[in-house]
Amino acid sequence: MEFLQLTTMQKDVLREIGNIGAGNAATSLSTLLNKKIEMKVPSVSIVGFDEIMELTGGSEETIVCLLFRIQGEAPGTVYLIFTIEEAEYFVKELTNDPDFSLFHSEQENEMALSALQEIGNIVTGSYLTALSDFTKINMQPSVPYLGIDMAGAVLTVGLLELSQVSDYAIVIDTEISHDGTEEGIQGNFFLLPDPESFAKIFSALGINDYE
Amino acid sequence: MNETSLVVKVGIADLKVVKAPDLIRTSGLGSCVGVIVYDPSKKIAGLSHVLLPDSALAKQAKLNVYKYADTAIPYLVNSLLEKGARKYALKAKMAGGAQMFQFSSGSDIMRIGPRNVEAVEKQLAEFRIPVIASDVGGNAGRTIEFDPETSQLKIRKVNKEEFYI
Repeated sequence: MEFLQLTTMQKDVLREIGNIGAGNAATSLSTLLNKKIEMKVPSVSIVGFDEIMELTGGSEETIVCLLFRIQGEAPGTVYLIFTIEEAEYFVKELTNDPDFSLFHSEQENEMALSALQEIGNIVTGSYLTALSDFTKINMQPSVPYLGIDMAGAVLTVGLLELSQVSDYAIVIDTEISHDGTEEGIQGNFFLLPDPESFAKIFSALGINDYE
Repeated sequence: MNETSLVVKVGIADLKVVKAPDLIRTSGLGSCVGVIVYDPSKKIAGLSHVLLPDSALAKQAKLNVYKYADTAIPYLVNSLLEKGARKYALKAKMAGGAQMFQFSSGSDIMRIGPRNVEAVEKQLAEFRIPVIASDVGGNAGRTIEFDPETSQLKIRKVNKEEFYI
């Protein structure tokens, strides 16, 4: 199965999925931080593996990401991606520790890492719940896996299933942002459905011209 | 002489060959393996960024030979020989094959790093190419750059000093 082309209708459906999921996620993030969180209209793109890394600033760029495997009827991978500064901002807000730094502390701050994982849990949980409600497909997130490393290294993991089938991935990318303070934050949601999941998502939503 | 050296970049599931004074580099290796095969006196080197161990895993009609260890390495060796490298002089260095996340469910695809390393080593052994140095495994991403002039492989990890093997 190669999916070099999606119909406009299919793209719209995937965009809507990203929209509903991230809308819910933004709401829960906003409640968590007690801040206004905005989101952009999701983009759906069919990209080569190298281009995926470019979406987050290049494969060598250090990112903080939370990876969730989706289990259930439509398996896939979800990434919640932040820059180092954004992740630090979250932890500072949540733990009331204005001096927190991901790398400069003597040892890994377990409390901070666990706060990050919890953010991921809440936000991704609401993303997937919305998706699952909308499509009536059962989707369960795994526990969060936190990765702080080069984008290329951590994002490849989500492409492995796909890479056996194709050289391209369909990425549903939603940006969330908060510009209230000087330290504006911005995060990305990447939803990477496994190859066999597309047919299920499309048919669950009544689009049958997918091969 | 006023030669300028280029740094040739190799992407994911990609493969390229360079001659000194050019350098060759690939970034963000996680579970992937970056394998360099080179002829030290001819100063010619090829780098392959291997994504998966075995082309038998492919469910794709049109096979991308650069993607799999068992197809990329024979292709890499051939490309080097065509460009004037000598088979008996070939040597290899490799890096990558990390396990980026400690998944609780032991799905096979998730321990892809060590499997990639094994597959690359097996291929190199079949061509009787000795592995001179390697930095594999662990759980950190790597960016590597090889200089065919000196046969040195520079490795960078996040928040670590660069080092050479």
